[in-house]
Amino acid sequence: MSDQPFLQLAGISKHFAGTRALENVDFACDRGTIHAVLGENGAGKSTLIKIISGVLKPDAGTMKLDGETVEFSRPSEANAAGVVCIFQELSLVPDLTVADNISLANPPRRLGMIDRRAQRQFAESILARIKCEDVDPNALVRDLSLSRRQMVEIAKALGKSPRLLILDEATSALTRNDVETVYELLAELRQDNVASLFISHRMNEVERLCDTLSVFRNGRHVETFAKGARSDRDIVRLMIGREVDAQFPPKPAAGARAPRLTIENLSWENRLKGASLTVGKGEIVGLGGLDGQGQKELMLALFGVLRGVEGQVRVGARAGIPASPVEAKSAPSRICLVPEDRKTEGLMLPMSIADNLLAASYAKVSSGPFIDPGRERSLVDDAIAKLHIKVGSPQDAVATLSGGNQQKVVIAKWLMTDPEVILLNDPTRGIDVGTKQEIYRLMRQLADEGRAILFYSTDYAELIGCCDRVVIMYDGAVVTELSGEAINEEAIVAASLNITSSSMESVS
Amino acid sequence: MSGLSSAATSIRQNRGLYGALALLVLLYLVYNILHPRGFSSAVLIQNANESVAIVFLAMAQTIPVLLGGLDLSVGAVMTLAACIASVLVNGSPFQIIFGMLVTLAAGTAFGFCNGLIVVYGRLQPIIATLATGAIAMGLALFIRPKPGGDIDGDLNWALTNSLWDFVDTYGLFNPDAAWFAPFSWIPVPLLIVGVIGAGVWIPFRRTVMGRTIYAIGSAEGAAYMSGLPIDRAKIAAFTLAGFFASCGGLYLAIQTASGNADITQAGAYTLNSIAAVVLGGTSLLGGIGGAIGSMIGALILRVMSFYFRILSIDPLLQPLVEGVVLLVAVSLGAFGVLRIKNRLELFR
Repeated sequence: MSDQPFLQLAGISKHFAGTRALENVDFACDRGTIHAVLGENGAGKSTLIKIISGVLKPDAGTMKLDGETVEFSRPSEANAAGVVCIFQELSLVPDLTVADNISLANPPRRLGMIDRRAQRQFAESILARIKCEDVDPNALVRDLSLSRRQMVEIAKALGKSPRLLILDEATSALTRNDVETVYELLAELRQDNVASLFISHRMNEVERLCDTLSVFRNGRHVETFAKGARSDRDIVRLMIGREVDAQFPPKPAAGARAPRLTIENLSWENRLKGASLTVGKGEIVGLGGLDGQGQKELMLALFGVLRGVEGQVRVGARAGIPASPVEAKSAPSRICLVPEDRKTEGLMLPMSIADNLLAASYAKVSSGPFIDPGRERSLVDDAIAKLHIKVGSPQDAVATLSGGNQQKVVIAKWLMTDPEVILLNDPTRGIDVGTKQEIYRLMRQLADEGRAILFYSTDYAELIGCCDRVVIMYDGAVVTELSGEAINEEAIVAASLNITSSSMESVS
Repeated sequence: MSGLSSAATSIRQNRGLYGALALLVLLYLVYNILHPRGFSSAVLIQNANESVAIVFLAMAQTIPVLLGGLDLSVGAVMTLAACIASVLVNGSPFQIIFGMLVTLAAGTAFGFCNGLIVVYGRLQPIIATLATGAIAMGLALFIRPKPGGDIDGDLNWALTNSLWDFVDTYGLFNPDAAWFAPFSWIPVPLLIVGVIGAGVWIPFRRTVMGRTIYAIGSAEGAAYMSGLPIDRAKIAAFTLAGFFASCGGLYLAIQTASGNADITQAGAYTLNSIAAVVLGGTSLLGGIGGAIGSMIGALILRVMSFYFRILSIDPLLQPLVEGVVLLVAVSLGAFGVLRIKNRLELFR
């Protein structure tokens, strides 16, 4: 091995519509190591790996691979150079078979045509290597479970014989056995002198696997150090930075609250397995846990999106699970959901800000079939003023707004319906710090008005700072409930991993 | 893995195709039973002749649909090709073959242009091909302002009858030879469709380009992330559509021994090609299906229209009945929606 690192980034910057995703990043990674990249949501990890793997082009800076300057303008060029990424959003084609997917771009050919027998044998050998003999190479990817799909994704990456393998939360949906297999595989690849970049939110994974750790914060590379050089507490501090305190509004004193939303034994498919919780009038309840433990499904079920939900739901005096979003938002339930993906589920991007704000409340501004322009204007102006949405004109397309202001439009749309129960699905994702703080203040203000808020967040700091109580979900059920002083990082992390240590002050 | 379970997998994955095939077989059997001269070579030849153009158009339409698009120019390209053929396909054998090649090349080139416009003009296929379809119609009218033309008579006879007539027309060998008897009844048009369909589509499906078309229709983002040649595949899809459409046009010209730049007919062919694609089990969202299914879908549409001749149904009812049957057949394919548990998936 030469002295030069295998992968070397210098001065990489990337901006999106005014927000800074990466700022002057220097980064290096060696062959034969497993290198963890840590950071909060929005720290720039995803942007970093997208640049390395050719999905995005940096605005500035250079990248060297094996001593040579490279510029990838598409993923296929990165693949050709041996840089292979396993993306969080799966890159599998659902309507093709497993074998087709594993050698998608470069299948074995005979006379210009795909040699299906060779392709199937190749798929079988790779699947055997990752102990997935149970996966039929002729099955369609759409028929596989999420965990099997993720293993196929790993098989696909392996099939490209990578020199640099990037895993972006690649173990999040895997079963315990598969995770072990992936660990063994990564150790094998390290033996074979492959460089691995490992992005994960699970500290225990990182501790167990990685040799080197790099921490990112707010688009900057903060520090790189060998495993063991820093304590967990130090790492968390590096990830969060100094400005942890004083960004959240003060919490009111805890007291008995009349329950507004009660859920008992909610089950759906195999994603919700008997989840139970209550949210009181005027209370903010945080919903925590690792990604994909049923939090999103819980909210969708409450909002009437899922079919075949079992269990009891009580909203105020009304019992029963809403059958549709229309029923959920109307009296007597008056539930609203700020969805996970504002660009597809929250907003109609090409439509105007005014139309988006009114989308859930047209009944309020209509006389018969016609929309009353006067009432429309006054409601829209009120909403914009109330949430301090920065707009040129309410008639501009909502797509022209920044991410933070778009999210405010989604929230304002729902506040216009005067909801009793507010479900927030990670509302601060990808939003600048200033807007985040406005949203925190707004949440508290809404709670003080007597509304019940259920708040899912992947950011521990938010759960700690905003919530009166926090419930942690694991594998489709609520495993722990924390309140008061017990809401702290250690307790949340331990509960998220479903560790029931006696030293943790968990109240359930 | 046993061969049995992989056969079961294949059947499950191609439910739409096998369902359409069963429907076609049933419809055609009943048709022949009801027909006074059923199960005869003459009936088969006539039916085959009348089906070739729509079968080719359905195959042409399949490929853009697999991408998740639509090609509204296939009927017009077919008409353009027919008009070109009605001018060129006559004279010496060399001139005839040259004329046929020019016809096919023109349609293929037109499809290639469609692809270029969609990919580099960044236009929606449906609107791009609506415009280029009008252009093709204009060119066709320019070439043949009035119906007419001159197609080689021998060629017309040889390609629209049984293999026996083909051999007889060109004096290839003694058509009454004993070894030839088992095949001599086969209609030539059926053979043309089979050979071009199997000879072009089946190999194409097994190329990286063909697979890329499926991948784009199924998940374009994933296809891009996997490093597939997206732009080239889109161009290839429209080019192949142009080729199949011109095959249909060439045959139509030979069969009718003339060219006719009929706008109404071109539009009807385009719409029927979409209906055939859907009947054959190809998803309009892209990614699922294939040209073989569309051939079957086109044949189902045709057989339905044959029924009107032998049963004394008022021909005025034909569009109504066809519409109802299409609606019922397509609804059968939509039952999967009822099994979806997360309603958000309906909109993805």
